[in-house]
Amino acid sequence: MKARSSRTHARHVEPTRLSAWDMVDEAMAAILARPTRAALTVLGTLLGVAAFVAVLGLTATAAGQISARFTALAATEVLVEDAAEDPQTAGEPFPADTENRLTALNGVERAGVFWEPRVPGGRESALVSARPPSLTREQGEPLPLRAASPGYLRTIHAKVHTGRLFDSFHHDRKLRVAVLGKAAAHRLGITWLGGQPAVFIGSTPVTVIGIVEDVARQPETLLSVIVPAATARELWGAPGVDEQPKVLIETRLGAAQLIASQAALAIRPDQPDRFKVTAPPDPRTLRDAVDNDLKRLFLALAGICLVIGAVGIANTTLVAVLERTAEIGLRRSLGARARHIALQFLSESAVLGALGGLIGTSLGVAGVVAVAVSKDWTPILDPVTVLPAPFAGALTGLLAGLYPAWRASRIEPVEALRH
Amino acid sequence: MTVHEEAATPEETAASTPVIDFSGVRRTYPGPPPVAALKPADLVIGRGDYVTVVGPSGSGKSTFLNVAGLLDRPTGGVYRLDGIDTASLGERDRTALRGRRIGFVFQAFHLLSHRTAIENVMLSLLYTGTPRRRRRRLAMETLEQVGLVGRAHALAGQLSGGERQRVAIARALVNRPSLLLCDEPTGNLDTGTAQTVLALIDELHTAGFTVLVVTHDPGVAARGQRAVAIRDGILSESDPADLAMRVLQTGGDRT
Repeated sequence: MKARSSRTHARHVEPTRLSAWDMVDEAMAAILARPTRAALTVLGTLLGVAAFVAVLGLTATAAGQISARFTALAATEVLVEDAAEDPQTAGEPFPADTENRLTALNGVERAGVFWEPRVPGGRESALVSARPPSLTREQGEPLPLRAASPGYLRTIHAKVHTGRLFDSFHHDRKLRVAVLGKAAAHRLGITWLGGQPAVFIGSTPVTVIGIVEDVARQPETLLSVIVPAATARELWGAPGVDEQPKVLIETRLGAAQLIASQAALAIRPDQPDRFKVTAPPDPRTLRDAVDNDLKRLFLALAGICLVIGAVGIANTTLVAVLERTAEIGLRRSLGARARHIALQFLSESAVLGALGGLIGTSLGVAGVVAVAVSKDWTPILDPVTVLPAPFAGALTGLLAGLYPAWRASRIEPVEALRH
Repeated sequence: MTVHEEAATPEETAASTPVIDFSGVRRTYPGPPPVAALKPADLVIGRGDYVTVVGPSGSGKSTFLNVAGLLDRPTGGVYRLDGIDTASLGERDRTALRGRRIGFVFQAFHLLSHRTAIENVMLSLLYTGTPRRRRRRLAMETLEQVGLVGRAHALAGQLSGGERQRVAIARALVNRPSLLLCDEPTGNLDTGTAQTVLALIDELHTAGFTVLVVTHDPGVAARGQRAVAIRDGILSESDPADLAMRVLQTGGDRT
């Protein structure tokens, strides 16, 4: 019997334990026992996590807003203007085959040349009327004229109301035809094209072959009388500097920057420098600018908040350990092992951190939504940033609790019970 | 040395196995100069005994209590609790033995004031692996045993001193320990309340619990079946009847 002695006995004493559920229960009970202190402790973590979520959410929302402003149409528009130093000697900017030169580029969908022709003979001779000037007493309408290559109408996505658009047939034959914008047609009183109505530009008659209902770009064309570029050139001469000839290009989505860098060379390989090319701002660079400046600052502030929160939790937990020395002694006498004591304080600080994380995340999300609603924006919250936020709080609490928990586990039961 | 029966749980431990078996147990605090707080002591406390250890402050009472309660390790000798040689145990097993076999009753109660009476009793079952559902029932049964069922859901901070000590006793009892170890159980109570608590301890002894009370008060010590005096770290058997006489002569000395 004696040979079996104490080793056998030792195995007969079942070790004490602390289940995870009990551990969390104890942590919650300890926190709820001092709710005010817990609330103040949580505040630091709460602010830190809320700041994190708000910063990430607001930058995402703002970036989303910037992207939204760049509709697909705006992002695919490139405008080429003549900016020759000496236009008089430089000659005509755009060769006749400009359209073909551009559409040959990979990434260009449509392109067209346009300008506002000046009718020789002053303002009177440019008035537009539905009747021959000789027959009418009242003056014509001062409608803007627009000379355009057929590609231009396609580039602005002109939608036909009645009739048709002019195409290369009309253009190449320099036919005297015109397409009216909806508003222009209304001003001239033309609604029906069955009788092949003509309008008089000054004294020059042109046949109206179509009325444009709507356009996606350059809405001013709705008030214009649009004639084929070649016709305009024959009637009123090549475009001068003050007539501002331009090329409008529609690119494929995402190709605008590339085309902008190639267009000038494609149009005039001999004089690429004479053009001023306007491309839409790259949404990415714009977003990055917003991101980098503000986000970094705010994230740094949020990080500082988290550190302060962690220090707060560490401090409170350490004070709690010293205050609750007698409780630690009691628990040791009830069978708690040193690691159970450490786990208890660790779980308390982790729960405090998680509470701060949860409330902070909620406040951060609420803040982002509130700002977005007040500005009529679409709130954008990336789950990748929102979902881990409460865990970041818990992790902060856990790290903050390491030292106090270690201290608590080192307290000798004899010492603790002396209190 | 007696031959010990194998011990698994307190219930299975044979009645003949002493609960406490000190043989040459001593505790010396390292110096300089080293202090022999407990001189080599032999003491056997059998199952169902009611033993008191009495001595003035500084006599080595606390050292004896800490060693007996497995809160402190003796520097020499063999201490068997329920027949288990505690010297060979690691910290984990000592803690387990402490939690399962010893019920502590402290002078300062050591209740968690923001928890209810029943929650304080249930705390004792937290580390023993008792299923959660059983804890409340066991705690309530034990509160019934100490006559506090009506106050089960009162916060410990709102209980009177006597009630607090009875909750503490219930907490010590709920694990059905081999040994009820009371450290000055009436030290923070007035005389009337102290009597009710002592009466409760008497009852528990009658019910079969092994009770060890450490006190400086001969009046408390006189209630034991056996009284052990401690002075300058030396234990010596004394007669409870003598102590009772001394109490009568000095009029209930509570120095």
